[in-house]
Amino acid sequence: MTAPLLELRDVGKDYGSVIALDGISTTVRAGEVTCVLGDNGAGKSTLIKILSGVHRADRGQLLLDGQPTAFGSPREALDAGIATVYQDLAMIPLMAIWRNFFLGAEPTRGWGPFRRFDAARAKETTRRELAAMGIDIRDPDQPVGTLSGGERQSVAIARAVHFGARVLILDEPTSALGVKQAGVVLRYVAQARDRGVGVVLITHNPHHAHPVGDRFLVLNRGRSLGEFAKADVSREELTRLMAGGAELDQLAHDARAPVDLIESTYRRLRNGR
Amino acid sequence: MGTGDAGEPSTRRADERLSAVGPLRRLLVKPELGALVGAVAVFAFFAVQSEVFRSARGIANWLDPASTLGIMAVAVALLMIGGHFDLSAGVMTGTTALTVAIVAVEFEQNIWVAIGVSLVVALLLGFFNGWLVTRTGLPSFIITLGTFLMLQGLNLGLTKFLTGTVTASGLAAAPGYGSAEWVFASRMTIFGAEVRVAVLWWLLFTALASWVLLRTRFGNWVFATGGDEVAARNVGVPARRTTITLFMTTATAAWFVGTTLAVRLTSVQANTGTGQELIYIVAAVIGGCLLTGGFGSAIGASLGALIFGMTQLGIPYLRWNADWFYFFLGAMLLLAVLANRLVRRYAEAARR
Repeated sequence: MTAPLLELRDVGKDYGSVIALDGISTTVRAGEVTCVLGDNGAGKSTLIKILSGVHRADRGQLLLDGQPTAFGSPREALDAGIATVYQDLAMIPLMAIWRNFFLGAEPTRGWGPFRRFDAARAKETTRRELAAMGIDIRDPDQPVGTLSGGERQSVAIARAVHFGARVLILDEPTSALGVKQAGVVLRYVAQARDRGVGVVLITHNPHHAHPVGDRFLVLNRGRSLGEFAKADVSREELTRLMAGGAELDQLAHDARAPVDLIESTYRRLRNGR
Repeated sequence: MGTGDAGEPSTRRADERLSAVGPLRRLLVKPELGALVGAVAVFAFFAVQSEVFRSARGIANWLDPASTLGIMAVAVALLMIGGHFDLSAGVMTGTTALTVAIVAVEFEQNIWVAIGVSLVVALLLGFFNGWLVTRTGLPSFIITLGTFLMLQGLNLGLTKFLTGTVTASGLAAAPGYGSAEWVFASRMTIFGAEVRVAVLWWLLFTALASWVLLRTRFGNWVFATGGDEVAARNVGVPARRTTITLFMTTATAAWFVGTTLAVRLTSVQANTGTGQELIYIVAAVIGGCLLTGGFGSAIGASLGALIFGMTQLGIPYLRWNADWFYFFLGAMLLLAVLANRLVRRYAEAARR
């Protein structure tokens, strides 16, 4: 088997005296979706920042194509083909879709002072790339602000895939969306996967993660609760793990206690004691 | 066109929400549309009542104030689309005009040397504004208000100090004046009317600015920087460099207009240009620029300047009191801002 696109080995990160992340290992393979699950404060954001080059890990190793690497900046990660789609999407609402699509990487034609933004090519490429992802936009000239949340998320994914992302990190892509829109976005995640991209899907919703994920890394308070292949874990088990596993069992037990007391008292009364 | 947006047959996959985006609606989000309608209406209003207004000579007359204002309005519009104001733009036309006159006359230099010095001064001022705004993150409104007041003081103080009066004059005698006059202040006869060359420069700069804005990478960066600077920077747009370039562009436009004024009049008052900065912003806003940045048009700003020029001369042609001019301008501004607000709401409305 070839080396994974990206591999973490015992990675840890501290903010001052706070251990934000410790002993995290996982792999991202081409054409697979690695889901990172965890509740608030579990360390998901810190993990994204290490993967996308915003932060460096304090402990452990980051391997790119089997080679140890350290990204000094988001630009370096991007150049290595690791694209991150953040929640705020980095899109300008008042600008047309095609202008947003190529923002910061505009194709040009012509020479010297006559070098210009190749608008025809940009529009055509935008339309084609979105169509390839199965996204049907009405008109590439319409402002991004007129798109729905799910459509915007989909355009951002298509943009990352077009610009040669080998690894696509999605930060909570479905958190602000309705049920139907979330389903649409997950379909595009699957599209990107089928085109050979290694996807890292960060979410706190096991119902969104389970249908598309190939492996699941569950975080709790900066530590890994384990990494599971899809075959080894059900959606219910994931939910239970995320909610803190043992804590949930304890809660169920505590809730049970008064009922037990009432039942035993009733029994004693009936027996006339 | 103009038949409304209902009932457009859809050849693509039917989407019940699609009918709302008809051709009329799409046209409405063009930033310069309001200014175009306004310009046509203003022209019709004056042309119907005044024969002089619609004659070739009359047109040349009202094109003249529109031209120098238009050159500035176009540059100011680019800056506003990029998300900033320059309140020092007006007084900077005075600074550059005074620099040309004083270097040529008091320091006895060739006028082209004086014009070159003036350009360097303008570029430095523009860089200073842009650098300070990007460096501190303070609103450009307050920073350029500071440079505006400083320049106003410098214009008066240095002119008095160097010439002993509040006017720098005698430019016509400077060596090289003939060629400078040809470039900046010549007149030509078109359709029997004498048109100043500034009108041609105005058209050229409007076309150039519009091309840069809509058809170059830099133009895309201007929209992005004004629309959402953080997001723009996240995708690799050099937002700081874009902002500084825009301030230097405004300063360069001020240099061009200042030089035109100096060469045309051959003597420059120390208070030249003061108060004009708001008129530039008015023209840009009438032309569809949003005060919050990220949206607008160079052609729109030029149309705004055209409305200004037509109104300024149209009112005396109708033998009305010139006091009505500012009332009229203010009303146009309010109308434009209200129209822009609708456009922005439409463009930013997210359908979740």
